[in-house]
Amino acid sequence: MTTLAVNSLNVKVNERHIVRDVSLSISTGEWLCIIGPNGAGKSTFLRALAGVLPSTGGFTIDGNDVRDLHVRDRACWIAYVAQDPVMPAGMKVFDYVMLGRTAHLRLLASESQLDLDMTDLVLQELGLLAFANRDVSTLSGGERQRVTIARALAQASPIILLDEPTTALDIGYQQEVLELIDRLRQEQKIAVISTMHDLTVSGLFPDRLMLMASGEVVTQGNAHEVLTQDNIGKHYGARVRIISDERGPIVVPHRENPTNS
Amino acid sequence: MTQHRSTPTLPRSLWSVGVAAVLIAALLGTCIGAVWISPMHVLDIVMTHIAGIHLASSATSTEDTIIWQLRLPRVVLALFVGSILATSGCAYQGTFRNPLADPYLLGVSAGASLGATSAIVFSNSTVHWLLPLASFTGAMMAVGLTYSLGRSALVGRSATSLILAGVAVASLLTAIQTLVQQRNSDKIREVYGWILGRLSTSGWSDVQLVAPYIIVCTAILWQHRRVLDVFSVGDEEALSMGLPVNRARAAIIIAASLGTAAAVSVTGLIGFVGIIVPHTIRLFTGNSYRRLMPLTIAFGGVFLVFADIISRTVLAPQEIPIGVVTALLGAPFFLFVLGSSRNGEIS
Repeated sequence: MTTLAVNSLNVKVNERHIVRDVSLSISTGEWLCIIGPNGAGKSTFLRALAGVLPSTGGFTIDGNDVRDLHVRDRACWIAYVAQDPVMPAGMKVFDYVMLGRTAHLRLLASESQLDLDMTDLVLQELGLLAFANRDVSTLSGGERQRVTIARALAQASPIILLDEPTTALDIGYQQEVLELIDRLRQEQKIAVISTMHDLTVSGLFPDRLMLMASGEVVTQGNAHEVLTQDNIGKHYGARVRIISDERGPIVVPHRENPTNS
Repeated sequence: MTQHRSTPTLPRSLWSVGVAAVLIAALLGTCIGAVWISPMHVLDIVMTHIAGIHLASSATSTEDTIIWQLRLPRVVLALFVGSILATSGCAYQGTFRNPLADPYLLGVSAGASLGATSAIVFSNSTVHWLLPLASFTGAMMAVGLTYSLGRSALVGRSATSLILAGVAVASLLTAIQTLVQQRNSDKIREVYGWILGRLSTSGWSDVQLVAPYIIVCTAILWQHRRVLDVFSVGDEEALSMGLPVNRARAAIIIAASLGTAAAVSVTGLIGFVGIIVPHTIRLFTGNSYRRLMPLTIAFGGVFLVFADIISRTVLAPQEIPIGVVTALLGAPFFLFVLGSSRNGEIS
């Protein structure tokens, strides 16, 4: 089992303090979802964990400081799927997914048979074999999300960071992608940290929620603890009703006394 | 079923196309000139010099001199220079994810040119060996300036800002070069001829001078072809996938700039090769640098040999500077690439 621990992490971008004193701990097989209003620092926090933004504070995997690792070794531990990944025009799905093997290759090496096999396995696992020769820039939203997740899986890291994996998807694809992530984290014992906008959905799949506002963690816990009328009203400035359901709280927008003209 | 299961490499058939094109271009380049010399005679002369084998043909000693002392070194120089200019352009395009990237764009050519101009102007005689050295220095200073400027907070830190910095550096260096020329108008003719770009005809010495640099730089860039594919998803994602982005980019830029400087030091400014060749090949091979680079290396040379044939024959016996030929072909091409990249098709 692998445990990622972040202790009082701070991220500054252009002198602006975007993430303040965020602490968390997550082990393989768990799914932590970060929610919060726009500009809360969710994406910035994920990018800092992915190593693309500098941060200060404790950041360890199984007790080893992540910042001491070479970029390649760090990528062997942590994979990252950006909110709006670049899909290079003219690149085949197979080649794109194989980019995930970069972390396992020396700088000037070419892929070995193992890398080809791993890529093949991942494509098979996600039902993407039929897409192998498609141009990544021609994929639909749902296919694209599966392909980027496939790339992260090919990286074979025990920790995967997903920035808004479902934002661009309709409700059917949303569920498909989330079920896929849920299956993978259980079968392959992967720790997933994701951000999400849909609050009801965030209560259905992840096992823990962390609510961020203005760069700080406001509260965390299970869906029933975090998704309360109070929390959402206070931090999102939204009027909602919470319908209690055994599978998780259902968050619906609420409008009080609409004024009729 | 297993069709997709391979690394993106160039099919064998296309490798042979590249090799065949180089051989055909080399042969035509040596046959065509003020006097037509038959391919059989050319082959005979080349075989005699290289392997000591006489074929059954009757090449005269004049032909021998024309081929071995004049045309062949020139063709070989064109192959080397065209190849490195195209490959450098291709490498810059990959590492900056910008279809318009070219040795010109980063101020590399301008820097190399200023270096060489200074050497011509400030040294008393034409010290031949000084030229490449001065070119290297100028090119590396230019790329260093562009790189540090592009990475500073002054203009932001994206790949685009680096290219804007390159344009600024190029303008500055060109201005300094103009100043240097003005102050030394007695030597302006010599510099002027050099700026337009020319393939030198000083026998094999120029080839010997630049070939080692070009071969080494091409080999380094070739080694980075997979890395260039990784760059295509952008710095952030490439970094998160474990690519040491800054180090890899520095290696690619240094190799491409050094190669360009070597070429510029003997031929002067030959532009647009880095735009024309890789983009034409992209149309056939797609954007993977593993397919693109082998053909770019081959056809960069082929392109310059044909450009040289045009420059020698169109207004014969006068010669059009080869830089003028490539610019005439390249400027419309540049607009074409600009147009298609606006549509977001090339990345």
